[in-house]
Amino acid sequence: MTVVIGFEGSANKIGIGIIRDGEVLSNPRRTYITPPGQGFMPSDTAKHHRAVILTVLQEALDEAGLKPADIDCVAYTKGPGMGAPLVTVALVARTVAQLWGKPLLGVNHCIGHIEMGRLITKANNPTVLYVSGGNTQVGFRRASAVRMGSQYVELPYTVKGMDVSFSGILSYIEDAAHKMLSSGQCTAEDLCFSLQETVFSMLVEITERAMAHCGSQEVLIVGGVGCNLRLQEMMGVMCEERGAKLFATDERFCIDNGAMIAQAGWEMFRSGHVTELEDSWITQRYRTDEVEVTWRD
Amino acid sequence: MAQHGGTAAVLEAAELLKQGAEARLYRTRFLGRPAIVKQRFPKRYRHPLLDEKLSQRRTAQEVRSILRCRRAGISAPVVYFVDHTSHCIFLEELVGSSTVRDYIGSHRDLELDRLAERVGQILARMHDEDVIHGDLTTSNMLLRRGTEDGKVDLVLIDFGLSYISALPEDKGVDLYVLEKAFLSTHPNTEALFQKLLDSYARSSNKSAAVLKKLDEVRLRGRKRSMVG
Repeated sequence: MTVVIGFEGSANKIGIGIIRDGEVLSNPRRTYITPPGQGFMPSDTAKHHRAVILTVLQEALDEAGLKPADIDCVAYTKGPGMGAPLVTVALVARTVAQLWGKPLLGVNHCIGHIEMGRLITKANNPTVLYVSGGNTQVGFRRASAVRMGSQYVELPYTVKGMDVSFSGILSYIEDAAHKMLSSGQCTAEDLCFSLQETVFSMLVEITERAMAHCGSQEVLIVGGVGCNLRLQEMMGVMCEERGAKLFATDERFCIDNGAMIAQAGWEMFRSGHVTELEDSWITQRYRTDEVEVTWRD
Repeated sequence: MAQHGGTAAVLEAAELLKQGAEARLYRTRFLGRPAIVKQRFPKRYRHPLLDEKLSQRRTAQEVRSILRCRRAGISAPVVYFVDHTSHCIFLEELVGSSTVRDYIGSHRDLELDRLAERVGQILARMHDEDVIHGDLTTSNMLLRRGTEDGKVDLVLIDFGLSYISALPEDKGVDLYVLEKAFLSTHPNTEALFQKLLDSYARSSNKSAAVLKKLDEVRLRGRKRSMVG
């Protein structure tokens, strides 16, 4: 039996979760919400996390009915993400690891999403689409309740093989939005709708291409944007048309949470990884493909 | 020849070969010759207007690029007929061909080196024609049967994402797309791919700028540390 506690706070969510051999024992979380129209800044986010982290930690232990002695490993998000929040959480993880005398494990946030997706959906060897909201900021409209229009406006669509490019579409909108809105050609909601349709289509297309190339019949969507019903709907239609299966998790696990770090940590710990204290720094730049996956073939 | 509903009737009688990411492929005969019909069927997940625009654009671009390649002596399937309404391209069927992907999986070092040599050459020639393939993978390169003299006859297919560009940046990205597809599908083939790039370098006068761009593009990507 292996029990791992995971600390996640790379963006505006602070979550701590405990996993025991594939069972989520607890997964409390708090979200730092800014006023509408404003993004979250690193130092304010770190302040938020500092204020609540110990409460969330206590909740995690209480809900799981465990004591520190019952934990086998302390996993935390090494990166990628925002610097200040990452440091805040890493600090607490390092401290409790030393207090409790348990080994530390630095986990890649994206791998956390993927491993949690695999655990929850039991997908065997899926093509994974990881879409994170924190990373694709739509500068044009960021209110949490975005009303969708219905008129489709043509926007640049850029797919290069299995990669997508968002830079063209953003500059196009920044440029053209003014003209289109003031001439009454379309509403802001129509632009939001068109942006969503275009961007999501690009994501579904590259997923389909990856599946065709690898001969995969399973798709797993992870990451905050994976909660989006329209994206799930589109991916579902694509899968249906090729006889593939779509796996998606719900908002408990799509959105950043501690249990996903614990789960990735569980896999890594059992295959022999450990992070020494001097290596337990954080990094804002940590690519998924930099991680050596030794726990799967 | 282009009767109303003609293509639909042809497809109904044709044999469905496969459904790729882009389109469905059917096998049929056209004017007595074995032919493949590439049909960009409507993708229900896309908005209808977006879908129509994409299918139209990609069909036209594909045909344009194939013709440009063929005129320059680069092997690509012959285009027999295009139905722009249903977004269908009638192409020569390369009977008995196999993909480079399968070849790599089943051949040894010496033959693979020869293959890498040829691929580098053909890509250099294509880029010298300013054709950017846009979706280079080992599944999009076919080996034509009938190579008793040992010379590998490589045919490029799937020009749906292709476009015309003289920019080293675009050619560099084209090679990068291939590199990523190559290395992810065929583990531990870094050395083989380097041979491909070396052959490319030898085969084109404009290769230096392209390969320099490839190095730059490799360093890009989200969260990548830009420290050299």
